[in-house]
Amino acid sequence: MAAKIAYEDVEVGTELPARTFPVDRAALVRYAGASGDFNPIHWNEKFAREVGLPDVIAHGMFTMAEAARVVTDWLGDPGAVVEYGVRFTRPVVVPDDGQGAVIEVGGKVAAKLDGNLVRVDLTAVSAGQKVLGMSRAVVRLA
Amino acid sequence: MALDQSFVGRSYPPTAPYEVGREKIREFAEAIGDANPAYTDPGAARRLGHPDVIAPPTFVFAITFKAAGQVVEDPQLGLDYSRVVHGDQRFAYARPVRAGDRLTVTSTIEAIKSLAGNDILDIRGEVRDEAGEHVVTAWTKLVARAAEED
Repeated sequence: MAAKIAYEDVEVGTELPARTFPVDRAALVRYAGASGDFNPIHWNEKFAREVGLPDVIAHGMFTMAEAARVVTDWLGDPGAVVEYGVRFTRPVVVPDDGQGAVIEVGGKVAAKLDGNLVRVDLTAVSAGQKVLGMSRAVVRLA
Repeated sequence: MALDQSFVGRSYPPTAPYEVGREKIREFAEAIGDANPAYTDPGAARRLGHPDVIAPPTFVFAITFKAAGQVVEDPQLGLDYSRVVHGDQRFAYARPVRAGDRLTVTSTIEAIKSLAGNDILDIRGEVRDEAGEHVVTAWTKLVARAAEED
């Protein structure tokens, strides 16, 4: 494993570069195919509304994957991720308006642990609402 | 109806091996828009110390969630899957999943709770490679929302 960030170079509060990830209906169809999750709430507006959702929503695991990119881009080596967890607090609603939605992800070092490990806390927001809670990764730095 | 607490601790038989392919990893990385070369270029992965391309951290969910189907669809447990939403997801990695892995999953029901009419089910999936070595553990919390009053 070869993270490009050195343990001694980070402090509690060090911010990771924030990222903005667009997501449209085509992205959800593609993710459905790649992940094997064909739940119609992620591509069928009529079905989504029938089960009480405001519109088609992104796969929670898609949002989790995008949030992880803030960590793995910072590390360089995605293999340096030791733990990663999230709570799905609100859905990312993806309208069929030619634009879709945007997921804004930020992260900062929340704790320095033994063994060159640090805990990174992430935030993920879409349409002004927090979409992930308790979003944390433990990563091994160089 | 609340789920039967006696299912807590129940483990299901290991799944048949899932063989992780380079092209499947590439497809997944493209679907999440992630151009990290460790996912697609064996040379780049080797320079990071990996024997072959590795998978993005959440890739393994497709395998563990399919395995959790044994639990979700267990007629004796009686979960109403049409009402299920994904509550939490967590992974702990011994190493990254990589191309060439043949992975089996053993699913265990860790907890069953009932909260305001919702059934909450915690499933742990232990993922092992062909040598029996631990690769990753996935914890999935599923929430079956309370049935509406008719």
